[in-house]
Amino acid sequence: MDKSTPVLIVDDYKTMLRIIRNLLKQLEFENVEEATDGQEALAKLRAGNFGLVISDWNMTPMTGLDLLKEVRADARLKATPFIMITAESKTENVVAAKQAGVSNYIVKPFNAETLRDKIEKVMAHA
Amino acid sequence: MPDGIGSPPDPIEQAVRAVLGSMSGDLTVTEAALLAELEALGREVSRAKSEIAALQVEDITASHIPAATDELDAVVAHTATATNEILDACEVLEGLQPQLPAEAGAALSGAVTRIYEACSFQDITGQRISKVVNALKTIEARVAAVSSRFGSAAAAPASAEDAAPKTEGEALANGPQLPAAASSQAEIDRLLASFD
Repeated sequence: MDKSTPVLIVDDYKTMLRIIRNLLKQLEFENVEEATDGQEALAKLRAGNFGLVISDWNMTPMTGLDLLKEVRADARLKATPFIMITAESKTENVVAAKQAGVSNYIVKPFNAETLRDKIEKVMAHA
Repeated sequence: MPDGIGSPPDPIEQAVRAVLGSMSGDLTVTEAALLAELEALGREVSRAKSEIAALQVEDITASHIPAATDELDAVVAHTATATNEILDACEVLEGLQPQLPAEAGAALSGAVTRIYEACSFQDITGQRISKVVNALKTIEARVAAVSSRFGSAAAAPASAEDAAPKTEGEALANGPQLPAAASSQAEIDRLLASFD
């Protein structure tokens, strides 16, 4: 797993961004940027060169699912590993995310081990 | 029949009056029973109107529900502040880790990780409280709508349900499920694996 990969974390709760950033730091990911909704994330993705997106679902004005669809529809971004970390745990949410091309799905509340495991899996397939 | 709370005659009252006006001569048993039913229904409607007026709906929409939502917003703000204080302290502890012997440093790192994990409660509780606030706003809108139909002055505020979802992502954004209805990480992993 390449720990120098630039990672974009997306969540409308600043506290959650801080928690994920700190957990990623413990996993030795130092190159981490933040966005607070899908639109801001999409702009950063198009301007940057991120190797992993970790996004919440429930945000305005653009949700994580809609961000995922935009990423998969973008020729340059479509292969970017995308992990959804969300409190949305209904089957229909997981199915919709999978159909939209999510790389993995973590339900909140989550632990550091789950985050590490999912990152390793999606990075192995990247 | 009672006049209710001064609002225009309701359709049932008008119907009873129309029936009475159209009747002449002796009533049949069926007609008398129908008339009695209509009169009873009219009295029920008038009683309901009086009870709704006595609810002081303006207090609910102008005071009680806004106060409740303000209190809930304050809960979110206070827990966010407290959580950030905890995270500040954790980051200080992590900064000390290199100065500790390896075993103690690893123990400290493990403990800090557990605190980070636990601090995600603030996100979950914030989302749950947002759902409660939206439910209160929906109740407020519906109470005001019922009230205005019965002639009370309260205008119906916009309901949270009025903002229809525009995308699939918005339509499926329901927030946290209650524990009994929520899927576990293991169940989600199995569901994802079923696509492979």
